[in-house]
Amino acid sequence: MIAELGHYALVLAFALSLIQSVLPIWGSQRGDPRLMAVASPAAAAQFLFVGLAFAALTQAFVQSDFSLELVWANSHSTQPLIYKFTSVWGNHEGSMLLWALILAFFGALVAAFGHNMPATLKANVLAVQGWIAAAFLLFILTTSNPFARIFPAPMEGQDLNPILQDIGLAVHPPLLYLGYVGFSIAFAFAAASLIEGRIDAAWARWVRPWVLIAWIFLTLGIAMGSYWAYYELGWGGWWFWDPVENASFMPWLTGSALLHSAIVMEKRDALKVWTILLAILTFSLSLLGTFLVRSGVLTSVHSFASDPTRGVFILLILATFIGGAFALFAWRAPSLRRGGLFAPISREGALVFNNLFLTAACAAVLIGTLYPLALEATTGEKISVGAPFFNMTFGPLILPALIVMPFGPFLAWKRGDILAVAQRLAVVLGLVILTALITAWAMDGGPLLAILGIALAAWMMIGAIADIASRIKLFRVPAGNSLRRAVGLPRSAWGTAFAHFGVGVTVLGIVTTSAWQLENIRVMKEGETATIGGYEATFLGSEGRAGPNYREIAARFRIARDGRELGVMTPSKRVYTARGMPTSEAAIRSIGFSQIYLAIGDEMNAGGVAVRLYWKPLVLLVWLGCVVMAFGGLLSLSDRRLRVGAPTRARRTVAAAE
Amino acid sequence: MKRIAALFLTVFWLALPAAVHAVEPDEMLKDPKLEHRAREISEGLRCLVCQNQSIDDSNAELAKDLRVLVRDRLKAGDSNEEVIDYLVNRYGEFVLLKPRFGGHTLILWLTAPAVLVLGIVAVFFAWRRQRSAAAAGPRGPVELTDAERAELEKVLKDRKGG
Repeated sequence: MIAELGHYALVLAFALSLIQSVLPIWGSQRGDPRLMAVASPAAAAQFLFVGLAFAALTQAFVQSDFSLELVWANSHSTQPLIYKFTSVWGNHEGSMLLWALILAFFGALVAAFGHNMPATLKANVLAVQGWIAAAFLLFILTTSNPFARIFPAPMEGQDLNPILQDIGLAVHPPLLYLGYVGFSIAFAFAAASLIEGRIDAAWARWVRPWVLIAWIFLTLGIAMGSYWAYYELGWGGWWFWDPVENASFMPWLTGSALLHSAIVMEKRDALKVWTILLAILTFSLSLLGTFLVRSGVLTSVHSFASDPTRGVFILLILATFIGGAFALFAWRAPSLRRGGLFAPISREGALVFNNLFLTAACAAVLIGTLYPLALEATTGEKISVGAPFFNMTFGPLILPALIVMPFGPFLAWKRGDILAVAQRLAVVLGLVILTALITAWAMDGGPLLAILGIALAAWMMIGAIADIASRIKLFRVPAGNSLRRAVGLPRSAWGTAFAHFGVGVTVLGIVTTSAWQLENIRVMKEGETATIGGYEATFLGSEGRAGPNYREIAARFRIARDGRELGVMTPSKRVYTARGMPTSEAAIRSIGFSQIYLAIGDEMNAGGVAVRLYWKPLVLLVWLGCVVMAFGGLLSLSDRRLRVGAPTRARRTVAAAE
Repeated sequence: MKRIAALFLTVFWLALPAAVHAVEPDEMLKDPKLEHRAREISEGLRCLVCQNQSIDDSNAELAKDLRVLVRDRLKAGDSNEEVIDYLVNRYGEFVLLKPRFGGHTLILWLTAPAVLVLGIVAVFFAWRRQRSAAAAGPRGPVELTDAERAELEKVLKDRKGG
């Protein structure tokens, strides 16, 4: 009964999304405020009903109602409660419902917090949101109904895929979707402004918080996914250039570019057309990612062709929205007013540079992800595009953006003085060289390129600190004055510094793990000791254990350094009973920011067990850097200008500037 | 941004330890130099039955067979290129994780550099146009739209009233 109510709520949400798609934009074209006023309540009600549908599905999963096909196929009565809960989106239908829920959530947020915006803009933004929601709700209702029943109801479910039975599933998809789908707001803003044929700096101020929110969540979502893959997949890699990863990484790249170009637009009224294009591009890539992941086209072009209903539907959504938006863009963009003059060497110039390289790097990821599919579909020829390709093409394109990054915040708007900035950064460069030399000394030389990598990371981190130091005139005025300046500094300045520092932290983690990782792969018998990075691991023995829905063999290792015991690590091999599927659970021990990573393989013929020991120096920085980036985004988001400044400033802009 | 150092690795073939693997202890060669070469080669070869995994990362049976095959060829005295050619002859180019540059992969290899070059050209022209527009003199006053005019009226009235 509850499932049917959920299904009904979903249908109602679809109907509401249709109303939201049509009436407000009709109103804005006719100048009818009553029609425009429909947008907000429709968006709120749509969120309510999608929420009810989601709650109904959750209830079915938590209560293990196996009369629902979806619950039967993806859940098991012995699963711990948390996994029953996360099973809701650990499958195609449920994850699409989560997608729609988050889309409706953002629509409701705009409805609730968008009262500063001009009425027509708000109506149009919500209408565009309504189109997206209608398309996806129709997709769910017609091809991916999560509420389908089976009769007779089975006694037991088939369990969730064991790899997904992890806390990562509770966190990663919602974060990722909040990011992915969050960019729909930027898209809706872009489309709305194109429909109105009018755009100004105030537009950037309204849209920037939404871009920031989406970017923060996407950053965290990708980092969380990377860490999950690192500890769950059992071989300690953290980025595989897998098409699914690329699908989330591409909107991140263009989203980062959008974040920066929107600043130029807001402050200097320049790059307007480009910013609009980026907003469209970013959400288009989100849609593309949804298509790649959800249509099954990645598994095989052929399986996609044999059961095309879902794939073709999403492809249609993709083509309609991307094609429509670009057509609208081509039609309206030439008529948008241009403004904001700047010299090539200026803050704007640096941000254009950043945009250029981020976009080109994104193109490398995009072509590498799509080309094998396109080639196979057109000529039947099969090629593989993997990590070596991406490292070779993506790397050189992102490197210039990273090197130039510290210059940006130092350059003045409109016309910068590169020599003056170079002088100010000379101290930073000195410190960077010192860092590199110390590293080389500490690591007994070490590979030259790893040292250069360290220097790059130090350049970005110290550069970010120097930005703040220069703003608060550290060491040039009394400390008390500096402190007062630091407190008075806009949050967005702190946000920039933190985010840029975070990029440096991530790069540092990447360089150290890639260059100085140690491994020791061997067969070990009970009582034997292996060493890794100065730590000793002694194999104490293994034992069978039973979990709630799995059996496992856990091996115990005593970890010690110079004979002093640090603790016991217990990697295991599990078999999930319902599916009979084996997984490897690595044991990880953090020491500072570094980790010992320990995984066991199969029993060997001669007795003993295959053991993989890794020392991963500073590996935690890879993800910690992302957290720092996201924190920087949060600081920018809390900037006064974006919270209370918007309405008054916006009015002043209208009154004074034009 | 990710894996910068791994990029350095592939571009410059420096003697860094490799990243991730599923290589088994009993497969490994006694000679560390030869084993290191085997790992290097394995990282660029696709496990044909897996999704986007190198034979070095994969636990699949086939990946294991290929790892052993690579090592056998190396022991027989093949150079790295010879081993790779041998596998491409046997399994086709599908086995390479980095496709060879050629007619069928022109678009793959050249798109990103082309985007960058086109971007630079576009920026250059936009800048030049902007500069010449500025040289032609400051822009004339811009007409307000009706909505802006109404907004202005309202604000001014509010000011007077308040």
